Amino acid sequence: MAKPLKEIIKDDPKKALGVNPEDAKISKVYISVAFITLLIGGLLGLLQGLERGGLLQLPSWLNYYQVLTAHGVLLILIFTATFSIGYLYAGFSHTIGGLLPKVRKMAWTGLGLMLFGTALVVATIVMNEASVLYTFYPPMAASPIFYIGLVFVVLGIWSCAFGVFINYNHWRKNHKGEVTPLFAFFTMGIFILWFFGSLGVTVEVFMLIPWSMGLTETINVMVSRTLFWSFGHTLVNVWYLIATSAWYVAVPKLIDGKVFSDKLARVVVILLVILNIPGGFHHQIIDPGISETVKFLHVFMSVAIAFPSLMTAFAMFAVFERAGRKKGGKGLFGWFKKLPWGDVRFLAPMIAMIAFIPGGAGGLINTSNQMNQVVHNTLWVVGHFHITVGVTVVLTFFGICYWLIPYISKRKLTPQMNRLGIIQTIVWTVGMLLMSGSQHLVGLLGDPRRTSYTTYGEHETALSWIPYEYVMAFGATLLLVGVIIQVYAVFNMMFFAPKGETEFPVGEEEAGAEKTPFWTERWSLWIILLLMVVAMAYVVPIVDFVVNAPPGSPPIKTW
Amino acid sequence: MHRLEEIWLSVSAGVLVLFMVIVGYQAFALGMGPPSHQETIDPQKVDETEPFDEPGVYETGENEYEVVMTLQAFSFTPNEIEVPAGAEVTFTMTSKDVTHGFQVAGTNINAMVMPGHIQKITHTFKEPGNYLVLCNEYCGTGHQLMSTEIMVK
Amino acid sequence: MEDVKKNVPEQEHNEDEKSLKGTFASVMLLAGFLIASWAGVFLLFMDRV
Repeated sequence: MAKPLKEIIKDDPKKALGVNPEDAKISKVYISVAFITLLIGGLLGLLQGLERGGLLQLPSWLNYYQVLTAHGVLLILIFTATFSIGYLYAGFSHTIGGLLPKVRKMAWTGLGLMLFGTALVVATIVMNEASVLYTFYPPMAASPIFYIGLVFVVLGIWSCAFGVFINYNHWRKNHKGEVTPLFAFFTMGIFILWFFGSLGVTVEVFMLIPWSMGLTETINVMVSRTLFWSFGHTLVNVWYLIATSAWYVAVPKLIDGKVFSDKLARVVVILLVILNIPGGFHHQIIDPGISETVKFLHVFMSVAIAFPSLMTAFAMFAVFERAGRKKGGKGLFGWFKKLPWGDVRFLAPMIAMIAFIPGGAGGLINTSNQMNQVVHNTLWVVGHFHITVGVTVVLTFFGICYWLIPYISKRKLTPQMNRLGIIQTIVWTVGMLLMSGSQHLVGLLGDPRRTSYTTYGEHETALSWIPYEYVMAFGATLLLVGVIIQVYAVFNMMFFAPKGETEFPVGEEEAGAEKTPFWTERWSLWIILLLMVVAMAYVVPIVDFVVNAPPGSPPIKTW
Repeated sequence: MHRLEEIWLSVSAGVLVLFMVIVGYQAFALGMGPPSHQETIDPQKVDETEPFDEPGVYETGENEYEVVMTLQAFSFTPNEIEVPAGAEVTFTMTSKDVTHGFQVAGTNINAMVMPGHIQKITHTFKEPGNYLVLCNEYCGTGHQLMSTEIMVK
Repeated sequence: MEDVKKNVPEQEHNEDEKSLKGTFASVMLLAGFLIASWAGVFLLFMDRV
């Protein structure tokens, strides 16, 4: 049923020419780096899980806290960033018709900076000079090289961010009065939030470098912590936006459905961009030195952030219901069975979305002011972020692979790879259910996070935690199996799958949907509102920390 | 907007507001908010600064106690705490080095303890027993050893 | 008269396709889960006060 090439080029030139090979190369390299990182980070995770359950003793040259630091940095920073950039740049290039040459250069520069930074960071961790965990709270002081490495990683991400800003503006200038494609809109929002969200931690790291070198004598502990969490919290919502970009744009197309509302999706992006950064204190609810009123303001902002997710829940169910009913689903829930559960490109993001129900519920509990005392720094929190990052975000990423990698590699998804993907998804889901589920429960019993194997002197409370820790270890083992399968699938699809054309799935709106208003494109206004809201939430406490600061702390190495 | 969507958005906003009202009322009208003590101290002079020059368990009233405690990698001082059942205990704490966490498993006692800052948290130990106290903020190689007990008789 | 008979089944068919009742029921269940889990931890907090 092939249309003549002339017609294809006239109707949809992007489809005829497929992915731009120069742009595809960027995504292929970023995604390859991502999955190599996932393999290493995942293996470290298993070592942790086994050690924690008392099933493995780590050697003295690679202790639990070195492994933990590496696991966190490699997965939370490097894996997520490199995959995201590979994915976003591919979709951005596709929907705006290709990247500018200088923007391609910025993406390559970004990769170089990130790899160099990662090498510095990993080297210091391996040498036991940076066993400070992903949060590197002062006055614990790592080697200055650790912090310098982090700076390079962030600069790499900024290079990619500015590439997007430049290309976006270029498209807008050549399409005056037109609304940008939805995927490009998401990409813009994501990189804006990423950039502004990382300003705080960059300031913190620039204070830590001279302090760790001995050039300044003391550090302000509360200011550092606060600046970190202005970033740390925002990052998770950057990931959430990345995952939802696939839910809103790609998933409707993959299930032969329609986008529920283009305008609603953009409003969700705008809300997340503006309201996000001022939630940082929900990581500091039980800190001294912060007034209860300021804490409650951040608590309120964090709860408000649930609102765009609840909007998304309705929108996604609506997409599924409409698609399922069109396929003949009847009754209140008949449409549910009509969805393509045997297609990994749907199954993976669907489980990811469902996982966000307990994930988001846990988040609301965590941020509910004094209720945080029940869970702070316990394994409950670890269970929470493994469900939210580990399932909602990462399983969406895995699902994306099954169309993105064939698309950028000019190959096809085979039924065998699809079946392997389904198996991987099930292994991953079961592993996470067991691990995260047991972590949630044992956390409520008081088992702390970030702690290597201990029974606290055979205390009966600590002994009661051990059965849960066995389940955690078993779950972690399944997860490494899942990682290995996924890494295999990724490189198979990239280099060995049969050649062919795979479409980049972009959903269309229902016929007669209301036109997206142009005011959604007022990025300067959203940025101004973002800065105002950040000022509202952070100026008073940070000024208070500085003006009423106790004498600071010298660098301390407790490992 | 679809009518059902409007109803949903109102319901979900209502649920979020309800959560805020409940914990907000508890925190600000009933004084049950999270530990947020404002006093500061020189972190390099803890041993010379009152009251931390004499850490220990002090009786401050009828079944009321204050535990003046310093935290350091990797111990709590004092590390022998005994109170009668029904005692209301206020923990007054600071760190002599890095950031630590103070948690008593099975209770709501969970507070961050930073160098340079004094933190307070109060709890009434209604049930007798042997409570596990641990540091829940990574503080170095011996973090997993940092614990003590509270005996409630 | 024949036209009316023809139109009604068509309309019903279209309305059924556009229905969002299942969506509404699903998000209500979601809200129920949020409330139940939040209440569970709240009660645990109160129990430990």
